Parts: sequence; structure tokens; C-alpha cells
Amino acid sequence: MTVAPPLALGDAGLGRDPAARRRLGNALLAVVLLWPLLQLAEFRPAALFEAGNLAVMKGFLAGFMPPARSPEFLGMLLKATLETLAIATAGITLALLLAAPLAVTATRALSVSAIGPGPGRRRGLAMRGACRALLTMLRAIPEIIWALMFVRVLGLGPAAGVLALAITYGGMLGKVYAEILESTDTRPARALLQSGSGRFAALAYGLIPNAAQELTSYTVYRWECAVRASVIMGFVGAGGLGQLMDQSMKMLNGGEASSILLVFLLLVLLADAISAGLRKALA
Amino acid sequence: MNSGAENCRPRGPADFCLTCLLTSGAMLLAIGASFAWLDIDFGALFSREAAAGMGGFVTSFFPPDAGPDFLKKILVGSLQTFAVAAVGTLLAAALGLVAALPAAGRMGIAARPLARFGLNVLRSVPELVWATLMVLAAGLGPFAGTLALALHTTGVLGRLFAEAMENAPATAEASLREAGAGSAVAFVYGMLPLVWPQVIAYSLYRLEMNIRMAAVLGFVGAGGLGQMLYFHLSLFQQAQAATVLIAMLLLVLAVDAVSHLLRGRLAG
Repeated sequence: MTVAPPLALGDAGLGRDPAARRRLGNALLAVVLLWPLLQLAEFRPAALFEAGNLAVMKGFLAGFMPPARSPEFLGMLLKATLETLAIATAGITLALLLAAPLAVTATRALSVSAIGPGPGRRRGLAMRGACRALLTMLRAIPEIIWALMFVRVLGLGPAAGVLALAITYGGMLGKVYAEILESTDTRPARALLQSGSGRFAALAYGLIPNAAQELTSYTVYRWECAVRASVIMGFVGAGGLGQLMDQSMKMLNGGEASSILLVFLLLVLLADAISAGLRKALA
Repeated sequence: MNSGAENCRPRGPADFCLTCLLTSGAMLLAIGASFAWLDIDFGALFSREAAAGMGGFVTSFFPPDAGPDFLKKILVGSLQTFAVAAVGTLLAAALGLVAALPAAGRMGIAARPLARFGLNVLRSVPELVWATLMVLAAGLGPFAGTLALALHTTGVLGRLFAEAMENAPATAEASLREAGAGSAVAFVYGMLPLVWPQVIAYSLYRLEMNIRMAAVLGFVGAGGLGQMLYFHLSLFQQAQAATVLIAMLLLVLAVDAVSHLLRGRLAG
């Protein structure tokens, strides 16, 4: 039986492709594996075109133009935007307060026992390990889950968002700070430690001058991420722009939703610009 | 040689930097203003009653529900979360590859900025916002989550794929074209094999992020573990919620471990 090319791709049919059979086999295998996934994800593109869904979406999208711009709504929008920025800034500040001591404890760059045999080697190792584990635990749960839980305890509002950011971003900042301190030139700090100075002096005069730029630049970058995260956390009730957007969408108010989306996009661009400017100014 | 002398200038407290001072001052001011604006009563937050309330809330989660029926539901939820991420990423990879063609400037000069703008818009709307929109368009359930992930990820992957195509050497494709191959065949055999490793790498990387995201998308009704967590928390069924939380944590840690392992394997 001759192999007839099942599909002709222009001039070069599959018959001339030496790997054609294997590729076809792999494609078939992929489809067989994909089928249960599609079932689990309830993949029904037809749902997009059901009359009910279409009507809801059409009404909602029709409201998008023009965006809502009544003075009282704009006032609310301004307040929510400022609240979002405030949540991000306050959250990052608390995260910094949480991260800095943990990072200093967790970093190997300030280990006296790493220099040579001495007392307290085991204790230092255990201490650093514990701090690292704590940092991992802090950042393992996404901030929005923390926010969802805090909203149950503290009620709706920005407090839940600030605490959620502080916990998750504290873990992230702490881990990265510790790594930055280890990856810069550690020889000055080592020399200080070897000649008998305390850890704090070694940190302040040996490590910080080298690492300061990288540390601030990463912190400012995280602030930029925190602005985005604080909008997202609003969807579970943690205040700010997200909460306003959630309300507008639940009421199917397209005009308000489009205004908020526009402000959100502008806010992200603004945070981008501020963070780039800050990094340049502090370099 | 002169620049060397400049580098040797003594740096120290004597260097007065007005910009640094002003920037630091503005930052401190912004931080102060933020706390003032939010007006969070930290005293009440860390008071004894708040601690007791928090403690009561935490203990209400124990013991987690470990009944076989509920564990089966959790398994289905976890699989659904994975399916949402996998199908969403696959869809996004396919759409991204298609969108990358105009975005890489292969369909005329006019199409390039247009396609890039479209991809930027897709990317700058977060997954969760897409999910709330898709819940309206496709109804509650995992399909909305799949679409939301697919839309956002298309924006991300489309741009990355377009950049990969622009950076790949064009010689193989050009020589196929010169030998008389059609444009589609020349692309498939001349360009695609060059960018394929990057396509796979970027897609796997996004899959990793999307699994984490899919667990959370359920909060707005897009299926999977997130929807279960939201549901049980709303009904104050803390024992069930605790199990879902543990499952989420395990899922995130498992994804981290697998990707760490794969990365080590591929790099080594």
C-alpha cells in the first residue's frame, strides 16, 4: 500500500516529510489527553452565543460608551484611586518593616560562624533556616487569599488589603533582600566581621553601601506590583478601585465599569512612570 | 583617562545630593499621607479583643474536613483548576502564535502597531477583571475562567512570540522562499522550528503562573478550588474551607517543586 499524503501543504505534502507519521501520532495523542481536560474545564464555546448571555453582555457593553462621568461618581472614583495608592504604599511600608529584620537574620552574608569554626554554628544555622522557612510560608499563599480571609475578620475595607499585602510582600521582599545581600560583594562585610566588628556595623558599613541601589530598585518595583495587587484585592472587598469595579459589574453598569477600567489602565501606567522615575532618582 | 579621576572622587557623607534628599522626603511624605488617608486603627487591630477574635476565627478552621466524600470533591476541584489553567494556556498559545504573525511585522507595516496595541490591551487587563467580564459573557463556571486566562495570556504570549520571531535569523525561511516554497510552507519549515523551543518554554512558564491564578479566579465565580473556597466561606463552613485552603497550598507548592525540578533538569 502506498502512503498517500493525507493533507497537502502547498507543494510539499506530508508524504515528503520524513517525520510526518510521528508528528501525526503525537498530535493524536495530544488530542486524546486534551479531551478529559476540556470536559473538566466545561469547555463550551456555544455558551458565548446563548441568547441569555448575549443579551446580558450586549446590554453591558452598550453601556460602556460613553463612560460614566457624573461629578459624584468621579468624586467616588478619585477617592477609590487614592485609596488604592494608599493601600499599596502602606502595605509595602509594613512589608518592609517585616522583611528587613527577617532578611538580615536569614542572610548568610552576615554569618560569623561561616568565617571559621566557632561557637554557635548550629544555632546560627537553625536560626537562618527558621527565618527562611518563615519567609517561604509568608509568600506561599497569594495575597488575594489573605485578603479574602482578613475581610471576614476585619470587615470590608482597606485594612484587610494592607495586612494581606504586608504579609505576602513581606515574604517576597525578605527573600529577595537576603539574596541581594548574599550576591553583592561580601568581602567588606567579611573583613569587618573578621576584625571583630559587630553584625550591625558589618551590615551598615560593609553590605548596605554596595547593595543599596539594588535593594531600593527592587522595593520600588514591588510597589508597582502592589498597586496592581491592591486593585485586584478590591474584588474580594478589600477597598479601593477593585471594590468599586466589583460593585459596578455586579449592577451591570457598563458606563461606570468602563470609567473604572480606564482609570485603572492610567493608574498602572502612572505607577510604571513613577517607579521608573524613582529608580532613576535613587540610582 | 580623565573619567578615571572622576571615579576616584571620594564618596561619603560629604557628597550632598539634593535630588536624593527631595525624593526621600517625598517618599516619606507619601507614606505618611497613605497611613493618614486610610485611617486604620492599628491599636484596635492589635488589641486583646481583636487578637481573641482572630484566634477564634483561626481555631474555627480546625479540624479540617477530611471526609472521603469531601476529599473527592477537592480532588475534582483541583483537577478542574489544573484543567482551566491548561486549556487556557493552550488556547492562549495558539491565539498568541496567530497574533504574533502580524505583531512581528509579517503582514505589512500597518498591521504591526495595530496588533501590538491589541496585545497590550489584552495584557494590561488583569485575569481577575477578565474573569468578571467572562462570567457575564459565558455564565458562572470554569469556562469563564478558561476564557479569562486565555485572553490575558494571549496578550503576554503574543508579544513574547512576536519578539522571538523578530529575533530569529530569517535565512532559512528566505532560502525556502527563494527555492520556490509557498509562504505558509516556508514559515512552517523555515521559521517555526527556530522559535519552537522558545514557544514551549514561554508557554510552560505561563502555565505555571496560570495554575496559581486559576486557583484564585474562582472567587468571582470562575470554577475550581477558588469557587469552593468562596462558597464554603460564605456559608461559614470553616472546616471545609480549611481543607480547600490546604489543597490550594499543596497545589502551589507542588507547582513550585515540579517547575524547580524541570528547570534543573533542562538546565543541567
